[in-house]
Amino acid sequence: MNAQSPTAVTRAEVEDFLFMEAELLDNWRLKEWEELLAEDACYYIPPNDEPEGSHRNTLFIVADDRERIRQRVIRVLDPNCHAEYPKSRLSRIIGNVRIVSVEGDLITVTGNFVAHRYRRYERMGEYVGNFRYILKRHGASFLIKERRMVLKSHELGSLGSVSFIL
Amino acid sequence: MGANGSYVIDDREKGQFLLDRSVHVSEDVLRKEMTHIFSKCWIYVGHGSELKKPGDFQTRRVAGRPVIFARDQKGEVRCFFNTCRHRGAIVCADRSGNARRFMCVYHGWIYGNDGALARVPGEDAYTEAFDKSSLGLKGPAKFENYRDFWFLNLDPDAVSLREYLGKTTEYIDLVVDQSPSGKMEILPGTQEYDVNANWKLMVENSVDDYHLPSTHSTWLNFMKNSGVKVEPPKEAGLVLPTKGYAVDLGNGHFTTDNVNFRGRPVAKWIPLYGEDAKPEMDEIRAELVQRLGPERATRVADTNRNLVIFPNLVINDGSSVTVRAFYPEGVDKMHVTAWALGPVEESETARARRLDAFLTFYGPGGFATPDDVEALEMVQKGLANWQDDRWSEMSRGMGHEGVEQLNSDEFHLRLFWRKWNEMMGDQA
Repeated sequence: MNAQSPTAVTRAEVEDFLFMEAELLDNWRLKEWEELLAEDACYYIPPNDEPEGSHRNTLFIVADDRERIRQRVIRVLDPNCHAEYPKSRLSRIIGNVRIVSVEGDLITVTGNFVAHRYRRYERMGEYVGNFRYILKRHGASFLIKERRMVLKSHELGSLGSVSFIL
Repeated sequence: MGANGSYVIDDREKGQFLLDRSVHVSEDVLRKEMTHIFSKCWIYVGHGSELKKPGDFQTRRVAGRPVIFARDQKGEVRCFFNTCRHRGAIVCADRSGNARRFMCVYHGWIYGNDGALARVPGEDAYTEAFDKSSLGLKGPAKFENYRDFWFLNLDPDAVSLREYLGKTTEYIDLVVDQSPSGKMEILPGTQEYDVNANWKLMVENSVDDYHLPSTHSTWLNFMKNSGVKVEPPKEAGLVLPTKGYAVDLGNGHFTTDNVNFRGRPVAKWIPLYGEDAKPEMDEIRAELVQRLGPERATRVADTNRNLVIFPNLVINDGSSVTVRAFYPEGVDKMHVTAWALGPVEESETARARRLDAFLTFYGPGGFATPDDVEALEMVQKGLANWQDDRWSEMSRGMGHEGVEQLNSDEFHLRLFWRKWNEMMGDQA
């Protein structure tokens, strides 16, 4: 790949971006996180038993367009979002990052995540899976056009809800 | 426990109803529920649409029992205990699939999808006392359906499902009437999650409209942000923008029956669906009016109803339709399975709208259900004080019982508890 090309992208660049996103999400800095989203951004969590499904014909856990993400952020930051009050403590590890395709200014990236969620008096919640992002070149950085977080567990089970931004 | 071994104090003269909190924390109560409730009542297994072709099967746990829910080669819907007759192992480990045979991997016994024992390796080692024809997979004493909702009953002396359901069939019909052909289907994608709370708290929560303004203020806020008019209650005593009722359906079943303000994919438009959705939603409504007449069409489209079929099935025909069953996994934990239901002939766009509407409220990533789960878990945590603070206060609306019961009263919750108490009261 020509390093001078406007679409040139390295894994290190993508990883830096994803690590920065993880830090914002872990620390509930969701307004700043929203600035990473493209105007047509989507956020999906497919159901555990149909990880390859489409949200148009399959019941997802989360299937947000940009406006729904905006509303979700309003909701989860509200102290009346009881499922996240007091806010759970989050820590996620991003790994196995690969750039799987570059088409024009769109970069498809896959990888694994382990997100730990802690609440008072509760057992640790371990959200494990893989992700598929479609990133869009944006100056020296990227915008998120699509983020699909696929949970590995057979069912949500003891994880209960996904009330934070996974 | 109150007088005469009762778990409730039900003083209709005084207008007071108190519930003994031991019902949510006692291991003895849970053990008794398994024999007095779950072994006596009709318990939901699944919907026929989950088994489209002969050989299709689903495995799940129903009231703690692993079962196979299958369509046999003849097309009959069946239910078997997922337990080998030989030494007891489960004979199907897959969540779902299509199979002519179920093989126990332990010693290789093979059963047909009609449950019959088809093959036993080394059969000649048995005497004549070994009767293969009596060694098919066992099933529940009874297994019946109403409009393709299939239930099992472990009690051979139980009344028929139809008799058990009684007046709930009217409300099931209202849900099924969304479909021009009278056929609804479970959509792909299952929401399966645990709640660290006693299972009966989910019964209460599913129909308790009193909790909506406080538990779901962020959802109401979201509705407002999306352009839905969420007006303050117009009458004294109301807590919601529109009036709704609690309806006794007999046998411990009940429903809420509310004038809709929150939109319905069939077929009440709200700004959330977008302008583009209007023409198709008008068509859906026109079809309802033509097929059912204006009055019934209004019932289907402009009311929302949360139906509880005693003891543990909820059909919420609200922002979308969800079928939800839940089982105890201990006194302070339940396992919830929730599905979306829709008309079989729904268009691609209407189906997408239905699913999107579902997620605005329901489910583990919805804008409301996680807060319900939180509320129930907060109750369970608080109930650790049950010995020092023994009774839950559930008298709301008792002053006008028999006259008019609102969805925000506790009338329907009392119906559940009265039935539950009656069944638990029988000494084993």
